[in-house]
Amino acid sequence: MMEIGLNHYLVLSTILFSIGLVGVMRRKNLLMLFFATEILLNAVNIAFAAISHFYGDLTGQMFAFFVIAIAASEVAVGLGLLIVWHKRHGNIDLEHMSTMRG
Amino acid sequence: MFEAIAFYLFAFLTISMFFIAVTTSQALHALTALAAGMIFISAFFFILGADFLGAIQIVVYSGAVMALYAFGMMFFDTTRDIKEKKGNSAIVFGLSTLAAILIVVIFAAPMVSGTIEALYPVVEGAGNTQQVGLVLFTKYLVPFEVAAVMLLVAMVAGIVLAGKKMDLSLTLMSDDEVMKLKNEQNKKVLL
Repeated sequence: MMEIGLNHYLVLSTILFSIGLVGVMRRKNLLMLFFATEILLNAVNIAFAAISHFYGDLTGQMFAFFVIAIAASEVAVGLGLLIVWHKRHGNIDLEHMSTMRG
Repeated sequence: MFEAIAFYLFAFLTISMFFIAVTTSQALHALTALAAGMIFISAFFFILGADFLGAIQIVVYSGAVMALYAFGMMFFDTTRDIKEKKGNSAIVFGLSTLAAILIVVIFAAPMVSGTIEALYPVVEGAGNTQQVGLVLFTKYLVPFEVAAVMLLVAMVAGIVLAGKKMDLSLTLMSDDEVMKLKNEQNKKVLL
């Protein structure tokens, strides 16, 4: 109980990932969906750092760095697209984005 | 002992912050809760000895990503309450099943890979930042450069997408001009 092992961190990572999945499932506002995506990425980063520490291998930290870089560029492009959509349509709700449905 | 106390404290704080972030109906509450959760997550990286990753987490996530969201939210109508999605039962069922399988895989993976060996073992007698630099600039040099190009592409995309009509100020224009601009934009959408 007092000794913190790899499984503690994996459990924490799973809980955070599940919270992110719940957010993805119940949100309709696209900005809130982006927040849920950030939670998913951070949960995985914790698992990477924990495995990197407990196996004495730096590859996990490297992957965490690349995940952070991808998250940063995702936010830049995604927010730009959201701003363009909001300027044209006045809302960023998912149910209004069905123009490609046949 | 202190590690356990710190782990449970920050685990509780992170989970509660992220729970607030996905359940609140106020966009600003979600943003602040998410920023706090990001900072608490960096505490795990410091506990795990990944000092550089923890610093990057604070600088990039709390400093850059959250600031970007905060500035982006100025474009949106964030004062009204966020409507929640009515559950599509097929998607909920599918994602819940996926999450359950994921939990099983996460707990089975360390047991299966009991004889795992470190591919790039930690260099003795070097700080964490030095170790990261040694591995990043030898084994992961090509992904590092590709990530740099990807960030450049994202920067150009962000400027091109969000910078349209930045020279117009909606607050300084008269109502007639705003209505004319609105009509033009509606026409463009219809075409």
